[in-house]
Amino acid sequence: MKITLGTVTKPGGSRANKTGAWRTSVKPRFLQKNCIGCDVCALSCPEGCIFGTGQRTYYANEDFCKGCGICANVCPVHDIEMIPEGGEDA
Amino acid sequence: MLKGKMIQGCRAIAEAVTLCRPRVISAYPITPQTLIVEELASMVAEGELDTEFINVEGEHSAASLVLGASATGVRVFTATSSQGLLYMAEVVFNIAGMRLPVVMVNANRSLSAPLNIWNDQQDSISMRDSGWIQLYAENNQEACDLVFQAYRIAEDHRVMLPVMVCVDGFVLPHAFEVVDLPSQKEIDAYLPPYQPIYKLDPDDPLTMGAFAEPDKYMEARYMIQRTMEASVPIIEEVGREFKRAFGRAAGGLFEKYRVDDASTVVVALGSMAGTTKDVVDDLRNKGQKVGVLRLITYRPLPQEALYEALKGAQNIVVIEKALSLGGSAPLAVELRSVFHGRPAPPRISGFVIGLGGRDVTVDDLKYAIEKAQQQLVDMEFIGLRTDLELEGVNA
Amino acid sequence: MPELVKERDKFADHLLCSGHTACPGCGQALAARLVVRAAGRNVIIVNSTGCLEIFTSKYPESAWEVPWLHSLFQNTAAVASGVEAALKVIGRLDKVRVIAQGGDGSTFDIGFGAISGMFERGHDILYVCYDNEAYMNTGIQRSGSTPTFARTTTSPPGKVSLGNLRPKKDLPQIAAAHGIPYVAIASVGYPMDLDRKIRKALSIRGPKYVQIHVPCPLGWGTEPSKTIDYARLAVNTGLCPLIEIEDGVKTAIKIPARVPVEEYLKGQTRFRHLLEGTGRKEEIAEIQRMADRNIEVYDLIAK
Repeated sequence: MKITLGTVTKPGGSRANKTGAWRTSVKPRFLQKNCIGCDVCALSCPEGCIFGTGQRTYYANEDFCKGCGICANVCPVHDIEMIPEGGEDA
Repeated sequence: MLKGKMIQGCRAIAEAVTLCRPRVISAYPITPQTLIVEELASMVAEGELDTEFINVEGEHSAASLVLGASATGVRVFTATSSQGLLYMAEVVFNIAGMRLPVVMVNANRSLSAPLNIWNDQQDSISMRDSGWIQLYAENNQEACDLVFQAYRIAEDHRVMLPVMVCVDGFVLPHAFEVVDLPSQKEIDAYLPPYQPIYKLDPDDPLTMGAFAEPDKYMEARYMIQRTMEASVPIIEEVGREFKRAFGRAAGGLFEKYRVDDASTVVVALGSMAGTTKDVVDDLRNKGQKVGVLRLITYRPLPQEALYEALKGAQNIVVIEKALSLGGSAPLAVELRSVFHGRPAPPRISGFVIGLGGRDVTVDDLKYAIEKAQQQLVDMEFIGLRTDLELEGVNA
Repeated sequence: MPELVKERDKFADHLLCSGHTACPGCGQALAARLVVRAAGRNVIIVNSTGCLEIFTSKYPESAWEVPWLHSLFQNTAAVASGVEAALKVIGRLDKVRVIAQGGDGSTFDIGFGAISGMFERGHDILYVCYDNEAYMNTGIQRSGSTPTFARTTTSPPGKVSLGNLRPKKDLPQIAAAHGIPYVAIASVGYPMDLDRKIRKALSIRGPKYVQIHVPCPLGWGTEPSKTIDYARLAVNTGLCPLIEIEDGVKTAIKIPARVPVEEYLKGQTRFRHLLEGTGRKEEIAEIQRMADRNIEVYDLIAK
């Protein structure tokens, strides 16, 4: 690893840090049943790890999801539930 | 016949800064730097200086503003003194750590308390750990020449460290002297536009000022130390090159005045070396082998070069306008460590003089030289008044 | 997983990207993500020391996809002033926007002087304050933004104390008193309103101040999954008025669903000492009066 002048660093290096390993108990499961594609879950994720392009396409990238549960809490149609870690893929 | 024009120091320094084409200037007024800033403001108002000139609410912000501008890739300038330098201290260290080539003129002034606006060098000496290159001017001609050289040194990609040009407050900025300032064309040829290595730019985004954990921080600081050591020959070369380009000596590591065969050498920083040269001439006329080494580059301390220049002397008489309270005379201590472990080191005596703007007289200097020739003096205050009661000390 | 979505899994679109080390459910991380999303790539961000800086810039892992600089704790507005001045001289200020951001610590307290100077000089900078109401990064100490009776480690409740006794400093009004063109309070509980305010601010030339109320699960003692809920509760009590002050003219968004302050205070460990046992009725009433006053002053109830 190089130490640059003034510890200047390039963008995006944080993606090397897989914060998904922080999860201890729960992770989100996107039911993709009632989803209306409102994008609120993606907008509300502090990690920016929820992606989707329309109705019933949303998911959380498990490499980074910390399992905070905000998405499940804000979904207006309750289409996300927090399931035990080790359950099915979102 | 002297070349140049009779000009007040502050105006000369302002004109020198203008010739270097800084794009952003921010400085907060503090005596005795104020006139420099006022001259710059006046030049901006008259259309003689094309720069963003920003009056800020304090020195901490002045240094921060030039930090931000420098990080965005433009040449900058600031100036301060004394309390202002201390107020911006954390930013001063930050600028060096971030490897930004900021150039500052510091009008040397004493430190509170008690409040005193007159000249000594406690302010810049107290910042010697900051990672800034420190250059000390003897007169206003050299002050201007050091400003030109400062940008050359700072912006050299092998250096990329900030440079502080120290000028004795009131003694230099307020005094009138004949100064020869080069033309804009000459300085443009001498000082090419600033080429940053890293800068803030949406076309090539970078993160600057990341934090370093224990497993990396020490290396970052080591890098600065190594760079400062490696900048000694660069500073020398810049001085030599300046002489070739402009025909006069200025800058470099130090100036040797009648040192080579001297058995007693006085070491000093800044304008008081001028007075010391007169004393040296006088003593030489009386048959004494005395010289003065005027140190110009204080940081990095050019240890090997100092060793070579001073090793032939028996007595080194360090006179300084600074003090490490509770410790000793700073420059004397550093010179002793230059000679530590070397064979037959000279006797190095330290004298504190001229604090708070008290005159450095010829008699004071002669006293110091004579005393140091008779005995080793660890640290002595010269010219201390004996007619005062000092509560807790002798009363 | 639909292939279509995998194609869209473009992290680079997220200008504050994943892998940062904020606590799960961090309100500030979410707000910062929304701010830079609204700002776009043509921006230079100056960030003060604090949680946001620490969890996004551990060398060499940066979470920032835009140019970003961290200097010190109290000088963010001054450093940003320098960035703005440099952009001006090189002729890029029309296209590149400057954002100075920090927490309530660096905004309300230690950096206050520099911000005032920046406002007074009229720099074209958006200052964003992520207001989680204490110095969180150093372990939840009291700031000038800490609300009355909140527990912090330097204003703890105890046998002879009820926690922080001083009211929150009204920084938006102070900002407006400088005569700057745009001041706003936003909440991470209402992301679209936050987005609108950031975009609006960035479309205006001159100094702007947007204060974003952000819950801190650790410092407030709230459930990480309820960050948005608590932010909304703060708005719905009236304690966090969603105001805008444009060239001195105040407007506010009406409270969507008014609730008494107790709904907001309960479930926050930092206010637990007010609700334990029989409860501190007088103190809760005082907080309710503050909420009522905001409602009155800013006209927060729809007629």
